[in-house]
Amino acid sequence: MSATAVSLAAILLIVAGGTAIGFLGAARRRMNLEEWTVGGRGFGVALVFLLTAGEVYTTFAFLGASGWAYSRGGPTLYILAYLTLAYVVSFFLLPAIWEAGHRHGMQTQSDFFGTRYGNRYLAAFVSLVGIASLVPYLDLQLTGVGIIVQVASFGAIGRTPAMAAATVLLVAFVFAGGVRAVAWVSVVKDALVLLAAIAIGIGVPLIHFGGIGAMFAALAHAHPRHLTMPGATTGLGHAWYVSTVLLTALGFYMWPNVFAATFTARSADALRRNAVLMPLYSLVLVFIFFAGFAAVLIVPGLADGDLALLAVVRRTFPPWFLGVVGGAGALTAMVPAAIQILTAATLFAKNLFRPLVDPALSDDQVARLARATVVVLGLLSLALAAFGSTTLVSLLLVGYAGVTQFFPGVVLGLFWRRATTPGVFAGLIAGVGAAVLLMLMRHDPVFGLNAGFVALCLNFLIAVAVSLLSATAADSPAAPSRSRAWS
Amino acid sequence: MPDRKPSAGSLLLGLIPFVAMCFTVPLWDRIDPMLLGLPFNLFWLIVWIVLSSLCLAIAYRRESGRRKPGEPRP
Repeated sequence: MSATAVSLAAILLIVAGGTAIGFLGAARRRMNLEEWTVGGRGFGVALVFLLTAGEVYTTFAFLGASGWAYSRGGPTLYILAYLTLAYVVSFFLLPAIWEAGHRHGMQTQSDFFGTRYGNRYLAAFVSLVGIASLVPYLDLQLTGVGIIVQVASFGAIGRTPAMAAATVLLVAFVFAGGVRAVAWVSVVKDALVLLAAIAIGIGVPLIHFGGIGAMFAALAHAHPRHLTMPGATTGLGHAWYVSTVLLTALGFYMWPNVFAATFTARSADALRRNAVLMPLYSLVLVFIFFAGFAAVLIVPGLADGDLALLAVVRRTFPPWFLGVVGGAGALTAMVPAAIQILTAATLFAKNLFRPLVDPALSDDQVARLARATVVVLGLLSLALAAFGSTTLVSLLLVGYAGVTQFFPGVVLGLFWRRATTPGVFAGLIAGVGAAVLLMLMRHDPVFGLNAGFVALCLNFLIAVAVSLLSATAADSPAAPSRSRAWS
Repeated sequence: MPDRKPSAGSLLLGLIPFVAMCFTVPLWDRIDPMLLGLPFNLFWLIVWIVLSSLCLAIAYRRESGRRKPGEPRP
């Protein structure tokens, strides 16, 4: 068989196998709204782990981490720090979110804001910002599938057909199996990513340099400034590092899809245990970094750093292995895309359409609408990804800065009785506004600090100040009180 | 009813990784000394990923200890 055929067969086998497991994992379950969105709140430690890992290790981690190591150098280390610290935050935050969700039957992030602050406009604004942030992320995943499959199949499958096939498959298993199907596809995806990352991270330096130590010694000799900050960049120094790590560590669980995954857990304890384990899993990224750094010397001068990992794999390994990486890479894009599409559809049907357009809808009708929305969103994202441009990446960064602005509303809402609706709403609007303005007008970094972080500080200050100035917290219907109506 | 707020001791345990991996970056962001063949900054972060997990494991024991029904609060 030709190299193309071998590689192609491996990709197809993996994607088909992963999708099939998704269908099987969720088969024979009655799909009501709660089962579809949050898996009936029945996930133990293992499924919570798979879902979290499935969401975290997106194509952005796979191609982006190695791409940053390749094109930017030292600043890429922020990824290791922020992921670990995001889990530290989750250890303290998620159990409280889970308890509130359990008590009030929440399924989405917007439900949380609606219940805690008792204001449907705030809840609708939260869903709107959430959806607007998710769509570019979703598109980025689809674009990632296109790139990975194209390179791994030696160009036999073009970008658009690859994206179309991936969209059809992921819409199908989300439609049929909801969040449970996504967690099960993650089984295949994470096993493969783990194996591929270790094989690449050890194999590439070994084959080209004789070992990891020799590779770093050669790189430190050839490009002495590449391995520390700001590396190959001018603006990404230590102030940028601290502000970006803080922003992304605090904001990570504010992505609506990651936030909602909290509600799938069977108990708050499962979330705490997951937080203890997850940092160790981020060690996988270290191996991806090895490949990215090695690529600086092996395949210098690539125009697009995101292609560094695949380029170096193609240069080093036989075609079947490239196929395995391609298949794993495709699933790495499809799993997060699936949960993003599910979350965006639920937010639209449950938190925008029902409260604002037709409050009489039953849960079953909302579930049907959400599933229909999955199909529509899938097609919309496919069209955007097929005809879209590179501005998507900058939109994604705006999205990250945007969702992080939910953080004050969540933390103050959980742990500070005096947080009021006007305070949190004003802070959120100021934060989102500042983040969007600064980033679209290209003031990022601003004074060496991450613009989203500056917006977050503003948001916190306003939320606290307006809360203190506005009416007493007891006026807010769902505010935590000493009678523990909320807690 | 267990208190929803984590104890101060557990929060301090959670603060340690932030200090080590984030705020102190100027102290450890350098190549030398290379340890186990890795640049010092990468080596430092890898060690702290493991130690962060350990900090959370200790916090987990503390928190679940607090939660046992009938057990008196420390």
